[in-house]
Amino acid sequence: MIRILIACLALMCWGQAGLALDLTLQEILQQNKNLVEKSSRKTIGPVIEEIAASNLSQAQGFLEAWGNKQVWQRRSDGLFFFGTEVAKRQYKLTDPDSGESVGEFTKKDLKQLKPNSGVRALIATALVLFQLSDPDPAKRAEALQAMERAPTAEHLAPLRLSIDNEQDADLKAHKSRLERLLTISFDPDTATRVAAIQSFEGDLGVDVRATLNPLVVTSMNITSGDLPTDENIARVIKPGSEDLSMPAAYDLLVARKLAPPATSTEDIRAALVAHIDGGQVAKISVAQLSDPEIRRQAYDRLAEQSLVPAFIGEEDIAKKLLGYTFYETFAETSVVVTDAAQAALSKIDLNVGMNQTLDLTLDAISLASIYFLAAIGLAITFGVMGVINMAHGEFIMMGAYTGYVVQQVIPNHTVSILVALPLAFAVTFAAGVVMERLVIRYLYNRPLETLLATFGISIALQQLAKNIFGTQARPLTAPGWLDGAWVMNDVVSISFIRIAIFILALIFLGVFLFIIKRTRLGLETRTVTQNPRMAASMGINPERVNMLTFGLGSGIAGVAGVAIGLFAKVTSEMGNDYIVQSFMTVVVGGVGNIWGALAGATMIGFLQKGIEWGNPSNTLAAQTYMIIFIIIFIQFRPRGIIALKGRAAGD
Amino acid sequence: MRTSFIAKNPSVLVFLLALASFTIIVTILSEGFGIGVISTSFIKTLGKTLCLCLIAVAMDLVWGFAGILSLGHFAFFGLGGYMIGMWLMYERTRLIVTEALMQGQIPPTGSEVIDSIGSQIFGVVGSNEFPLIWTFADSLGLQLLLVVLLPGILALVFGWLAFRSRVTGVYLSILTQAMTLALALYLFQNDSGLRGNNGLSGLQNLPGVEAPQSIVSMWFFLASAMALGLGYSLAAWIVSGKLGSVLRGIRDNETRVRFLGYSVEGFKLAIFTLTACIAAIAGALYYPQAGIINPAEIVPIASIYLAVWVAIGGRGRLYGAVIGAGFVSLISTWFTGGQAPDIPLGFYTIRWVDWWLVLLGLSFVGVTLFAPKGIGGLFDLLKKKEGKA
Repeated sequence: MIRILIACLALMCWGQAGLALDLTLQEILQQNKNLVEKSSRKTIGPVIEEIAASNLSQAQGFLEAWGNKQVWQRRSDGLFFFGTEVAKRQYKLTDPDSGESVGEFTKKDLKQLKPNSGVRALIATALVLFQLSDPDPAKRAEALQAMERAPTAEHLAPLRLSIDNEQDADLKAHKSRLERLLTISFDPDTATRVAAIQSFEGDLGVDVRATLNPLVVTSMNITSGDLPTDENIARVIKPGSEDLSMPAAYDLLVARKLAPPATSTEDIRAALVAHIDGGQVAKISVAQLSDPEIRRQAYDRLAEQSLVPAFIGEEDIAKKLLGYTFYETFAETSVVVTDAAQAALSKIDLNVGMNQTLDLTLDAISLASIYFLAAIGLAITFGVMGVINMAHGEFIMMGAYTGYVVQQVIPNHTVSILVALPLAFAVTFAAGVVMERLVIRYLYNRPLETLLATFGISIALQQLAKNIFGTQARPLTAPGWLDGAWVMNDVVSISFIRIAIFILALIFLGVFLFIIKRTRLGLETRTVTQNPRMAASMGINPERVNMLTFGLGSGIAGVAGVAIGLFAKVTSEMGNDYIVQSFMTVVVGGVGNIWGALAGATMIGFLQKGIEWGNPSNTLAAQTYMIIFIIIFIQFRPRGIIALKGRAAGD
Repeated sequence: MRTSFIAKNPSVLVFLLALASFTIIVTILSEGFGIGVISTSFIKTLGKTLCLCLIAVAMDLVWGFAGILSLGHFAFFGLGGYMIGMWLMYERTRLIVTEALMQGQIPPTGSEVIDSIGSQIFGVVGSNEFPLIWTFADSLGLQLLLVVLLPGILALVFGWLAFRSRVTGVYLSILTQAMTLALALYLFQNDSGLRGNNGLSGLQNLPGVEAPQSIVSMWFFLASAMALGLGYSLAAWIVSGKLGSVLRGIRDNETRVRFLGYSVEGFKLAIFTLTACIAAIAGALYYPQAGIINPAEIVPIASIYLAVWVAIGGRGRLYGAVIGAGFVSLISTWFTGGQAPDIPLGFYTIRWVDWWLVLLGLSFVGVTLFAPKGIGGLFDLLKKKEGKA
């Protein structure tokens, strides 16, 4: 194959240098008439190369037609033509060189060229160079992608030839990257391969790892003597070590017929069952055989009588294994190449690890912003006002359902989201005000009872939502421009929707700070929460302030619900998923302080992602460990990360 | 001079008498021991209700008297159920497996039996090894000890952590809720060692007992009644003594009790752990009657329901807890079981299966707003009338 390639290269250079014999396509074909008529994979190579190297503009078209079985031979003179069917058994022939029609012929005057799959593969390879030099950049890109999917050694030469003439900078970069990858896999020269491998050090591409990994694949070998010197040995493994247990090593021996199989308890059992004779096995009564020791004795007696193979236990295994050396060899024979590949892979791994950390950090920030969104309303009602609102999760749910209903009315997703956000605020603000007026204001000094009453409201609202919308999850679809993800490289990416939620969380933080610190309502809220009676005597109506503050907290929960609904399923029970986490966020962060909620959300988000990373298979366990961690954390900072000091802390 | 606590609490006698007569009547009417008016499945419902009354008494003790609104007692209840369930399942599987293996041509060895039990029990979670937690599952005595010990230790550790850092009030409630959630989520995992969300099943069959379910259900009913009687008496004894006074003091003004020189944390920890053990015993009696236990049973909402029962019944009075738990859980069964008649409104039919929870939720609100003393408050009204008359 390599010889063919070199020949091919030589021919191409020839062609480019204008040294080609000025033959027409038909003349080339006629020179090789016999080979073309009875084409086979073994013999057709030089003909295809000659056609490809002819530098004729019609060569590509002819090769394609040949591959597609559209070339016919005229029986009368043996000339080759393109044939198209014009009527049944009636073909129009065109000259491959001039493209002129030579008339119509019936099928019996013609013979179709039917290249077999091997020949078609050779034709396809020859076509690759044509495709790589195609004037249309889209076609060139397509050819590169096809090559990436199934690279072969034959691609390397045409690819190299096409790089220099490439005008498009992107495609040129793409081609040269692919050329280096193919060099690693297929180039015959070790030094060239090593250079190509080293050029990829620290590269994050999946394609690089896919190319390098097969180089360092090892297979297990066993020898009873010294290690062979002609193989590329990765390492010697001692049986009984972590990588290869004694039984596993022995199984390898058995698999290679180097040792008889070990006797398992099932084998003993089967052997005993097979030799039951009148209620006895080897003169031991069957009833006694519930004891493993006695089973063993019976087996040994059977073995003495040569009825069963001798017992092979752990000691025999250990003894047998002493006689063998287990070692792994690389499939790749060149030591230099495997060393370079391992070095490159370890650098890549380091780089991938760092980028994964970055990715994890982004994930954690995004999770933290979700928790922050879910908790920010609670930071007002629970953190500032001290009201335990167990129905907070249901306000989130109401917001999400509001978004869903709006989407049913307004089909345009962008518009519907823009409408849904204020509408969700309005709906849950109203619900919050109603709840405050009807229930909570009677319970301001009885927090435990507020908990129960709001829990009652929570289950009533949940069931109500179930009655209205059913138990099925409802979709809340994000606008099209939020689809997709920001891809930094093959390792780090973050979806736009998560970025949007992060930005929304920042906006919420800003709005909250503005309302509390800069508006009249914020001032009054702070006053009333510190000392309602003093506030009342200053002319502030505490009832009104409480009502509005509670409404504000509920309204923010509603808006958060729309945002959460965009990536989570909208169900009547979605509030349950956030209520405990939200309370945790506020408690861990520190009550009565928006920065506390932010700190709490950040900590919980990072903690959860960190635990998930340490134990990736199990997100449920991650939540368990996180809650346990929080319980312990509260031991050390009972008032949260950011604790209020002095009189404001209350008791 | 010390007077007997029953003399101080005539209501205990009344309660015990009522419980005894209820038990006797049910026994007479039962299928297993009596004339067969009450079906076996309803006996089980009644038995389960008695267990719920017992945990409600525990809840009342810890919340109504000591002021600790724990939203985690159902976790202890579930753990108790799991502990007894492990033995029931292990022993039953062992009997079945041994019998099956004995059919073979040679008798099984001990390890063959155990492997086979393991693959029977843990096959659903893709394992056949016994996790560490099942070490004592082959011994009824040890497993019964664990019913009390494991929840007790969990409560002790958790309570010690929480109380020593002075977590009180709603913060404690949220913390206990988090603990329950953590436990439930942990048990939901397949590799938790307790069969993940499959839970333990087949618990209604007592291993090695040939008696039919109608008889077995009566045993459990009577045991539940006895446990409730004992638990109630214990609770009454505690609240009528000095310990009860201290607990009430802690509920009403924790700081003042601390300044009087009492170790508030010690008392709270003691009552928290004790009630956790009672809850676990109630669970151990409940789940063999229910037949199946899985982690969904102990999600935080169950514990909140428990608090609601006590609130509706009237907290701070033990019979209130019993009435609340009995009343609400029976009526819930009735409504959600589809037995309640639908109400046609012409344009819309109110189906109780759908609307019961709405009604229940709103009734919490009603009770907390208008009747903070719950149903038990009605007895106060009666007493007042008697006093006037």
